[in-house]
Amino acid sequence: MNTIWALAGIVIKELYRRKDFYVLFVLTALITIATGMVNFFHDPKIVRYVKDICMLLIWISALLIAIVTTARQIPAERESRTIFPLLAKPVSRWQVILGKFLGCWLATGIALLVFYAFFAIITGSREQNWPWLSYLQAAGLQWAMLAVVIALSLFVSIVSAAPSSTTTICFIVVAGILLVGGHLNSVALNQAEPVQTILYTIYFLIPHLEWFDIRDRLVYDWAHLVPWRDCLLAALYAAAYTGLFLLLTWLGFRRKSLNT
Amino acid sequence: MKASPYLLLALVLTACFTLATGIEPRAGSWSNQAKSNNVFSLLFGDGRRMFANQFFTMADVYFHSGYYPSIFDARKEGTKEIIAESHGHTDSEEDERKEDFLGKPKDWIDRFGRHFRITEHTHLEQNQEREILPWLRLAADLDPQMIETYTVGAYFMCQHLNRPQDAEAFLREGLRSNPGNYEILFGLGRLYYQNYHDTDRARNVWQLALNCWMKQDYQDQRENRLGFEEITVNLANLERDAGNGEEAIRWFQATQKVSPAPRALQKQIDEIKMKMAAPSPAPTNSLR
Repeated sequence: MNTIWALAGIVIKELYRRKDFYVLFVLTALITIATGMVNFFHDPKIVRYVKDICMLLIWISALLIAIVTTARQIPAERESRTIFPLLAKPVSRWQVILGKFLGCWLATGIALLVFYAFFAIITGSREQNWPWLSYLQAAGLQWAMLAVVIALSLFVSIVSAAPSSTTTICFIVVAGILLVGGHLNSVALNQAEPVQTILYTIYFLIPHLEWFDIRDRLVYDWAHLVPWRDCLLAALYAAAYTGLFLLLTWLGFRRKSLNT
Repeated sequence: MKASPYLLLALVLTACFTLATGIEPRAGSWSNQAKSNNVFSLLFGDGRRMFANQFFTMADVYFHSGYYPSIFDARKEGTKEIIAESHGHTDSEEDERKEDFLGKPKDWIDRFGRHFRITEHTHLEQNQEREILPWLRLAADLDPQMIETYTVGAYFMCQHLNRPQDAEAFLREGLRSNPGNYEILFGLGRLYYQNYHDTDRARNVWQLALNCWMKQDYQDQRENRLGFEEITVNLANLERDAGNGEEAIRWFQATQKVSPAPRALQKQIDEIKMKMAAPSPAPTNSLR
């Protein structure tokens, strides 16, 4: 387990040494503050549009950090040939996979923490209201969703040729699931066979990442929290898909030639 | 002879400045961009109108606190509720049933997913209506010819947020972009009558609105009968409250021609006639 933590630590250090996170955070902060300063009909109490824009930017930034950081992990090790001394330590291939996953997931978790703290400060300063439990649920569910995205990116990075293609594929898949995934059943019902069966099969196979998006509840000040039991079930669902993708990654990586 | 680089730089700067003073006045007339007074028309040109409807829809989404059908949900296209409310419509039980676009869950994924979504039909209230205003402002900037933006915005500012000055400014902005529009004039008259209690001004503006409505071609008049009904019934109420019974009757009779409920209007006409026929109370001479 120490080996896995050591590998994860390297990935976390890499995140704060690189500029991706800082650039995205500064952009999010600048856009949010700029939109917050716009005066609509001389009413300083209007706040929901700021929350809406800020949450959207947080989601985009978190996805970018998760996918881009994960996509370059194993290809970078292979290209710089540091994978050979790493595996000679001795570190097994499954430990490499787990270490990289854990590092990326924790790094995105730290980034999420900073983003949500900024969100709480900005919205709280305007509304004088801090629904901490709602923030905790939103951040927790988003982090659980990012575990699936990171595991998926790790798997695609094993299969695909370059980090750029991994990033593109993952973005298309994740955006597709978030935007259309939950509606595939409605679309399928209006189709003729065999398209209906194909769409329904995809609907039941894909991880439903849209469940984890509870931005609307934060933006529209929805008073009721999501039941904690449902949050736990959703986290278990995310853990199952994460496990599946990590298993597929290991199956692909254990026999893969490491020469570039 | 070797020229100093600073001297060359000064020469180039002088040439640039001289050219700029000559070209700048002409450059203003090369395109309409220089005339545009907001950032959207400068960036998107006429393409910005495409997004205006989307922003107006966002105002309706906010009004429903996020409970809103996506393009995948089955719901008949109808009037947006913010528009309906600005015309005085309130939801009946049947309307509420129609708004339930989600229906029963189709499968376990759908059922479980609903625990994370907003699944209750609510409307903004208690001054929270202000949250729709940014989207209406953006919609007006993107498409100044979209009339509903001004009328709906002004309605919510007057009726729910008690800000008639801002509402008037917004309506006047709409009127500048759409001179002679009867819907904006009607909104302005309503503001004068209900918020400023300025009967004369309200009467004049509503009469102007009616004239503008009359100037439409026959087809438009047939399609916009609700506009005629709203203007004339409000004129009738104004005259009745001002004590001009005969004028009130005249406007109610005009409304009857297009109203789906002429009997209710006849009842009001009869009431006014009865009041007019009743002998006025004898003046009491208290100063002896």
